[in-house]
Amino acid sequence: MNALVKDPMVWTDVGAVTDVPLRGARRVPTPAGVVAIFRTGDGRVFALKDACPHKGGPLSQGIVHGHAVTCPLHAWNIDLASGQAMGADRGKGCTPVVPLEVREGRILLGRT
Amino acid sequence: MSKERLVVVGNGMAGCRAVQEILKRDPGRYEITIFGAEPRVNYDRIMLSPVLAGEKAFADIVINDEAWYRDNAITLHAGRAVQAIDREARVVRAEGGLEIGYDRMILATGSDPIRLPLPGSDLSGVVTFRDLDDVDAMIAASAQPGARAVVIGGGLLGIEAAYGLVRRGMAATVVHLVDVLMERQLDASAGFLLASALADKGVATELGAVSEEIVGEEGRVAGLKLKDGRTLPCDLLVMAVGIRPNTALGKAAGLEVGRGIVVDDAMRTSDPRISAVGECVEHRGQCYGLVAPIWEMCKTLGADMTGGSAAYEGSVLSTRLKVSGVDVFSAGKFSGGEGCEDIVFRDAGRGVYKRVVIEDGKVAGAVLFGDAADGAWYFDLMRQAAQVTDIRETLIFGQTVTEGLRGLDPSAAVAALGDDAEVCGCNGVCKGAITEAIAGQGLSTLDDVRAVTKASASCGSCTPLVEKLLALTLGDGFKAQTGPKPVCSCTTHGHEVARKRIVAEGLKSMPAVMQALEWSTPDGCASCRPALNYYLLCAWPGEYQDDKQSRFINERVHANIQKDGTYSVVPRMWGGMTTAAELRAIADVVDKFEIPTVKVTGGQRIDLLGVKKDDLPAVWADLNAAGMVSGHAYAKGLRTVKTCVGSDWCRFGTQDSTGLGMRLEKFMWGAWTPAKVKLAVSGCPRNCAEATCKDIGVICVDSGYEIHVGGAAGLHIQGTEVLTKVATEEEAIWTICALTQLYREQGFYLERIYKWMARVGLDAIKAAVLDPETRKALYDRFAYSQRFFRLDPWAERVAGRHTDEFNPLSRRMEFAPA
Repeated sequence: MNALVKDPMVWTDVGAVTDVPLRGARRVPTPAGVVAIFRTGDGRVFALKDACPHKGGPLSQGIVHGHAVTCPLHAWNIDLASGQAMGADRGKGCTPVVPLEVREGRILLGRT
Repeated sequence: MSKERLVVVGNGMAGCRAVQEILKRDPGRYEITIFGAEPRVNYDRIMLSPVLAGEKAFADIVINDEAWYRDNAITLHAGRAVQAIDREARVVRAEGGLEIGYDRMILATGSDPIRLPLPGSDLSGVVTFRDLDDVDAMIAASAQPGARAVVIGGGLLGIEAAYGLVRRGMAATVVHLVDVLMERQLDASAGFLLASALADKGVATELGAVSEEIVGEEGRVAGLKLKDGRTLPCDLLVMAVGIRPNTALGKAAGLEVGRGIVVDDAMRTSDPRISAVGECVEHRGQCYGLVAPIWEMCKTLGADMTGGSAAYEGSVLSTRLKVSGVDVFSAGKFSGGEGCEDIVFRDAGRGVYKRVVIEDGKVAGAVLFGDAADGAWYFDLMRQAAQVTDIRETLIFGQTVTEGLRGLDPSAAVAALGDDAEVCGCNGVCKGAITEAIAGQGLSTLDDVRAVTKASASCGSCTPLVEKLLALTLGDGFKAQTGPKPVCSCTTHGHEVARKRIVAEGLKSMPAVMQALEWSTPDGCASCRPALNYYLLCAWPGEYQDDKQSRFINERVHANIQKDGTYSVVPRMWGGMTTAAELRAIADVVDKFEIPTVKVTGGQRIDLLGVKKDDLPAVWADLNAAGMVSGHAYAKGLRTVKTCVGSDWCRFGTQDSTGLGMRLEKFMWGAWTPAKVKLAVSGCPRNCAEATCKDIGVICVDSGYEIHVGGAAGLHIQGTEVLTKVATEEEAIWTICALTQLYREQGFYLERIYKWMARVGLDAIKAAVLDPETRKALYDRFAYSQRFFRLDPWAERVAGRHTDEFNPLSRRMEFAPA
């Protein structure tokens, strides 16, 4: 696609949006670490490094609600769009956001 | 001077509107030729749904009839598709060898319906929902008595198609991949209400259903096979799964094409002589499938092509559903996101749900269900990017209320209300009645006002107003209500109210509970969802579908998560008994999967620590093969029954404590409870199984069995209290199961038995469990629920249930090392 040519980002197709359960997550292992892909109740898709800024808990294993996930280890709430800790832990840490695009129902992860 | 030649490819809504916009500005400028692939004049495609439903005729939806083409000297080639554009020669070639030269061109080729590549999609009776021919085919199919339709796609179009077919007398089912209808416009709550409203209109829905194959008989569609193995029989299958910009012609002509034909802000393509509008274009990376953006694009194009200037800057979208009597509106960022705040309003009584999303003090989106009257107002505020901070308090109540109060201090506005102004619309209570009741009867809380006047007792939308009246009337005497602690910040209701209303009102799904109890978030949080999931599971065994995404990870993967993200696995050893074969199998699993740590637990089981998530199903498969099942060491449920050796071996043992422990565990395993439950059976008062610090304990004595309750040896250390003493093993089992069921039905989520006991009192528990009739009813309910719960979750996962949970999404991700 022409749009891709202009894009400095390299996109990798990792699966269909529907492969990720609603209000759930899936993992994608990469040489740079595990990426967690989330699909929220309203059908949006997000990608974060699969590690809580607190103690590195696997966010992909948490409960997804609204546009947030609760870490399974110590219940920090992480904003899926920004990776920022929310609520009582606001400002205490941030998980890196992984570039993600959805094109024709496929999930593309990006790296520059 | 001769006129410039304008060729328009596409006789649909965009093509003709573009021409209208040009004619409006400079009627004499172009000599116009329009090509249309459909053999008919320009009609309003979005009104096909009412045509299908029999609410309109084709003549009603024609936008421009033949006279319009004639009056404007437009040459129409209907039913003649353009095959190629020669940009160098500036000529288009159409079917039948027709060639027309142009100076300017407008591409308005629209979009094509997506056809899923399912096996059987070429069978007769499989249609899309795009043009009048499709509608005719659908109407013809509906004429057959008893005909059934399946519509794949629960978006706007699919729902309208199904509704139209039902109106035509067919039975219709919408099959949707996602578990929310119209998920691109609606959030889960509104989607749930829509599914209910459609059910009332006779449209069935299958949500979260994956289509696998279209089944045919003699070349005609006979049914749709789903991935779960079911087949939905049908005589007509409509695919309404979306549209794809029709870019073939533009692409072949060498124009820049992404998802659509790429245009700039003046709607020009990469060739400045060629403009494009409508669903075929991509503008600033966006493709549009709704009509409002098309009108805006055509305006810009009209200006550009008549020597004026205008820039199209993209559109904010809004949608309404064209199903009579179902009021749905959605616009903008209805689902919120980073930096957004939600204002949610639920009126369970009227089936109304509204959600307005605010970002930077402006309306960023809205979704309205059941009462969409204010949709246009919110949309307007959104497009104007108006600051709504000042009117935020009343924003959700709509335009009338908000503008009535605008500029006034909210309490001044309330004070200014006349005594006969209606405050509570549900119960018809006016201001005077409320203030009189407060002053005259000494009311001081919201609940008092509700009890006496009925104001705010139904939908609750007037609650803030009633509270202001309390504050105005009582001054400092009014204290905001303090009630039981809410389940979480998503609700004002406590656990008890939630549990009672689930049962009393027959609420059988999470969205139903959230709607009825007016939850303030779209899909709850990590605190309330597991609680509601448990309450529903307890109230409707065998009926409620467990929601795994509302389970904490341990219960979702049936193992305990450890600090490094690995898991621990504990197989069940009934009553603490094991065999050489089981131990050997455990040892083999430890070797095979290189499990680093093996530990004996406090509950007499063996814990395998450090298992990788991906290995879990294989570990379970080996343990299952040796006859072992999940020990539920991860569960808010029955975990272990600890025992001593009892009369079989011990010189003091009075009863078969090991046997009783095994019987209890084999009957009660798999039971979900508000918090973990541990049992123990000791064969004599020496209490080697430590039964007096368990949730439920049994001390065997010569004359029978002492049943204890309410012990703990966790965060708090607490000895049990004696519930009763019974003579036989049977009675002991009945009593323990009844006690467990009472706790299952009354306990708050995460409330251990000892805390529940402290809250309701041991006397109340005794009264229920020791009364023969109540005990039998409790026992029966427990036994009934066990018919569904006594399943090994490991075996289910090994057999393939939720395999996705354990496998990574993709192993193909090839990042170069950083």
